[in-house]
Amino acid sequence: MKFSIILWGLVQALRLATRIYPKYAERVKEKNLVAQFKLKDNSAGRWIQFKDGKIKSGNGIHENPDLSIFFQNKAIAVEFLTPPFDQLTRIDAAKNFKVGMSGSDALIVWFTSTLTYMTTVGWKSGTDMGDGVTRYTNGTNGGPIFVYVKDGKIIRITPMEFDDDDAESWTIEARGKKFTPPRKTTLAAHGLALKSMVYSEDRIMSPMKRVDFDVDGERNIQNRGKSEFVPISWDEALDIVVKEIRRSKAKGRGAIFANTGSHHQWGNFGHYLSAFGRFTNLLGCTKMMGSPDSWEGWFWGAMHHWGNSMRLGTPEFYGTVEDCLKETEMMVFWSSDPDKTYGYEGTIRRAWAKELGIKMVHIDPYLNHTAALMGGKWFAPKPGTDAAFAQALCHVWITEETYDKEFVEKRTQGFEEWKDYILGTTDGSAKSPEWQEAETGIPARDVRALAREWSRKKTYLGAGSWGCGLGGAGRGPMGAQWARMMAILGAMQGYGRPGVNFGNLQFGAPLDFSFYFPGYAEGGMSGELTQSANAANNYQRMPHVVTMSTVRQAIPRKFIPEAILEGRAFGHLTDVSTVQGQFMKVGYPAPGHAKIEMMYKYGSSSMGTQMDSNRYVEMYQSEKLPFVVNQSIWWEGETKFADIVLPACTVFEHDDIGEWYNVGAGYVHHMYSMNNHRVISMQHKCIDPVGESKSDHDILLEIMKRLDMGAMYSEGGNTEIDWCKRAFDSSDMSKHTTWKKFLKKGYYVVPPVSEGTRAPTGNRWFYEGRKKDTPEPYPLPADYTGNFGEGLQTPSGKFEFIATTLNNIDDSGRPPLNKYMPTYEDPERDPHLADFTLQLLTPHTRYPFHIMGDEKGCTIRDIKDHRVRVDGHEYLVATISGQDARDRGIKSDDLIRLWNHRGSVVCAAYVTDRVQPGVVSAPTASAEYRPAGEPGNSTDLGGCVNMLNSSENMTEHTHSIKPNTTLIQMEIWTGVDTWQRAEAV
Amino acid sequence: MSKKWNLIVDVARCDNCRNCFLATKDEHIGNEFPGYAAAQQEKDHSWVDIHRKERGSYPIVEANFMPVMCNHCDDAPCMKVAKDGAITKRADGIVIIDPEKSKGQKAIVDACPYGAVYWNEEKQIPQAWIFDAHLLDGGWTKPRVQQSCPTDVFRALKIDDGEMQRIKEEEGLDVLLPEQATKPRVYYKNLHLMTDCFVSGSVIVDVDGVEECAEDADVILKQNGSEVGRATTDVFGEFKIDQLAPQSGSYELQISSDSGGKFSTDVTIADESLYLGEIRF
Repeated sequence: MKFSIILWGLVQALRLATRIYPKYAERVKEKNLVAQFKLKDNSAGRWIQFKDGKIKSGNGIHENPDLSIFFQNKAIAVEFLTPPFDQLTRIDAAKNFKVGMSGSDALIVWFTSTLTYMTTVGWKSGTDMGDGVTRYTNGTNGGPIFVYVKDGKIIRITPMEFDDDDAESWTIEARGKKFTPPRKTTLAAHGLALKSMVYSEDRIMSPMKRVDFDVDGERNIQNRGKSEFVPISWDEALDIVVKEIRRSKAKGRGAIFANTGSHHQWGNFGHYLSAFGRFTNLLGCTKMMGSPDSWEGWFWGAMHHWGNSMRLGTPEFYGTVEDCLKETEMMVFWSSDPDKTYGYEGTIRRAWAKELGIKMVHIDPYLNHTAALMGGKWFAPKPGTDAAFAQALCHVWITEETYDKEFVEKRTQGFEEWKDYILGTTDGSAKSPEWQEAETGIPARDVRALAREWSRKKTYLGAGSWGCGLGGAGRGPMGAQWARMMAILGAMQGYGRPGVNFGNLQFGAPLDFSFYFPGYAEGGMSGELTQSANAANNYQRMPHVVTMSTVRQAIPRKFIPEAILEGRAFGHLTDVSTVQGQFMKVGYPAPGHAKIEMMYKYGSSSMGTQMDSNRYVEMYQSEKLPFVVNQSIWWEGETKFADIVLPACTVFEHDDIGEWYNVGAGYVHHMYSMNNHRVISMQHKCIDPVGESKSDHDILLEIMKRLDMGAMYSEGGNTEIDWCKRAFDSSDMSKHTTWKKFLKKGYYVVPPVSEGTRAPTGNRWFYEGRKKDTPEPYPLPADYTGNFGEGLQTPSGKFEFIATTLNNIDDSGRPPLNKYMPTYEDPERDPHLADFTLQLLTPHTRYPFHIMGDEKGCTIRDIKDHRVRVDGHEYLVATISGQDARDRGIKSDDLIRLWNHRGSVVCAAYVTDRVQPGVVSAPTASAEYRPAGEPGNSTDLGGCVNMLNSSENMTEHTHSIKPNTTLIQMEIWTGVDTWQRAEAV
Repeated sequence: MSKKWNLIVDVARCDNCRNCFLATKDEHIGNEFPGYAAAQQEKDHSWVDIHRKERGSYPIVEANFMPVMCNHCDDAPCMKVAKDGAITKRADGIVIIDPEKSKGQKAIVDACPYGAVYWNEEKQIPQAWIFDAHLLDGGWTKPRVQQSCPTDVFRALKIDDGEMQRIKEEEGLDVLLPEQATKPRVYYKNLHLMTDCFVSGSVIVDVDGVEECAEDADVILKQNGSEVGRATTDVFGEFKIDQLAPQSGSYELQISSDSGGKFSTDVTIADESLYLGEIRF
């Protein structure tokens, strides 16, 4: 087709769109401009004028266009402009200067978006339910949902119920029974309760400025966290932010610190790794360097025994649901409480296990939710001491010769040295059941009984919340020792043998692992190739322009206050591609880089999620941090420590797309195997943004436009729905359904594979000495010592009882032989802690997801197991034992103060026999920070119990947290606060 | 006979996930359903409440949970105190408190023996769980408590009363506060987990000077000379005999093993379950 005809056709299409779609006519009325399409040498072209909604056009070159889009030659122009558009062609043209644009960046973004809108304006989403109700779909951290909307308002949120058009469900036959999951999704509390957060009194309704902040004058930094805020216009707010960006960039590279939480709202484009990733790369920011903070012990410890680096040191889980139901006789849940945080997909499978008569054992200082539901034997070791319990199990197996000798001989190395340690040959101390009793409080006879039953019965070890890692005892000073012991227990019983493996039925459903849909950690639209899994699939399958930050410094998340206040902070990388990646030390400052001048805080609240968080107040009130902008949906504990607050909107107020629990290649590879069905949902824009809020994507676009990077950021005018379509096209979904159908219905259930093509049972190949046959792309080819696919990622290719990779780093907390070293806080070992006699557990929250769903008007606040309302305020629940309560005159629902030298927090007591005396348990996250007096130096009424936890690393050469055995004291809250923060001891 | 709604609640399956509680809040906070229910107030109402019962002591501890809501009684005490026809019993068994006519009638709250009616301070009306009648009338096949429950605690059945009685007998269902004779339409399975007591213990045996858990010991519980319960110790030497009525008085517990170990003691069941601790042969 000829260039001139295509351009003429474009104008006709524009005119047609304005006639058919009133919405499009409105759009065209927004701006008056002249846009020029042309060849670079001005040899041909056509101009289009928008004036008061009217479209005029002329052949040739306009004298004074507002913007021009020019092509290198006719062939390129024709290819670029002829539908259907090929994304790779367009990206290639943009990257290689085959196409260019000139004029105002903001107008270019508007004009190109307007052209794109011609396609999207007619798209229909949602199902008409009658009576003016439309059923949309969405995705949340708690699962995919149906969203019922009437008159522009959300009226209800429900789990999805599948219909006959949706793919069938799988069936597992085990011991004469057939098990098929229910034809619906299940939902975690924080997903189900989201409506209450959309219409919450804590929503930020407009851009805000701290009342005593003057960007050109007195900033009153010392008042951060204390002063009130006043609403300002978007223009004023964005102008201030851009002014500070310019001021910071003038100081040098890296002066802008981009600080995010670990979790954002669900969705491939709204996620912080996506739009915000693109934004921070284009801006050039010092990024926050995360830590593997729910996998600590696995990542820093267990990985060295068996590799599995790309799964953060946790074992394979494929096929384990089927294997467990068919073969297993006993399940040991060790620090394993899957019935929380991530919903209830696995719960039905555990009910099947119970129905099949599989015995269950729970090891946890707290009689956790899963244990309460499932029943079975409960062991409550003293927090932090689990590794001693595990070593004594080894002792029984060695002395009674009930370990898997063949596996140990053929597939492992270092056993003799390990055996000598366990028997006490090397250090004179046998790690016997009697030895552990003094440490753990578990009777020796119980350990012997468990060890014997374990070796007698085919046993699944569910280690950590997911059964294959995550949370629990892996987070703490003893986290690495514990996780290493879990790996060792597995090896001694020959993990991979039928019925003997890792898992608690939470992971490993028989789904289709070959069907591609991008996970959120694949970077979405970020264009970032090195710090996300983008390069593996997404970058090829959804061609887009690569982006790259020019800043080479990063601030380890745990030491952000130190970076600002002391000007230095270093940590070790969470590089999952190989084992030695974690030995790399990086941090702040980097040579030639600027010090931080401004912080761009993106969602979440450190006050209730980070350790020793009173440090944050000191940081925020320091002149060393001249400017803080916080982009957030709600007022949370940290929000008011900003100078400018930008109101973002929820997932219901903009378009996005995502698959339930699909993280993507790397990190938690195939995490969706937690679900009974793979469900990809369109995250419809269900309602208009509340108040003046905007989507994260759109806020960032506004800033980019002010820096003439709008076209770059939006890749030539893409809006959120355009990106959704691009993700759809990039995925295997486009081979099975149409965009039109998907967009309208809002979800797609990926059919399960046939029984004969299911993923093989994890670790079976290793047990049987075959090449790796599980569907995961690691170890990377270079990490095999021998032939590709043979053996583990360890240097020997075998399971290493003595972890030789730990010889490469001199970390006294992680010797190659995993000897028992009680490094938790102990009043006997640490005399200065003698007054603090209670151990604090801070497990993952059950009902909220970290701080998502906590407070902010969320109905979860009315769950009395989470918060208790006293005099109009909701206090976080702390679980305490009957004896500790009696000793202090505490009853359930009483307000109690938990404190040590780092912090002081008021909670509501739940007195129970579910914890042993000496143990207090309170969830690890609080959205609210409510100091009784001076911020940072008084008792918190909001529930930020992490204030009590140390910010130190678990072991020296890691970047890790160590909560869960922190020593505290407790008393009835008098209402009078005299607590003072002491210097860290 | 006409078909009526009933709800069966299985206590043993309740995970305290709170989805029924949250789904009910989601349905009613901010939503007006004229003729069915006015919007629920934002805080403090638990139309579907979860009761907690913990039994035993370490290491034999249970934490059990039970959803409690309007029982849609056929002989509803609330209807007896309601004035001006504020409460109606629908042909399908569902009890509806009219949000208009019930204004100011706090007696309706006090009349409910289950504590399932809540007083809306702002609107000055009594409110309770309406079995999602508005949704069922619109074609839904089950209430949201059932839809949102991940562990199949709930079974809503629209059947005739004779059929329900048959299921009640067959599955051994109970109702709350049967002595109130309110004829609830909400039935409970495994209610003993909330209401009854157990007696438990850990049996230990000396094997060549080493303490071991005593597996397979026979445990018999007798009252007034006749056997009322029996158990065998597991690999950890633990036993539990359940479904003993609170305040049911004294029992004799006898433990014996093949290896000749014998133990007996008197136990008294008051209000709580018992863990007898370590029992050594």
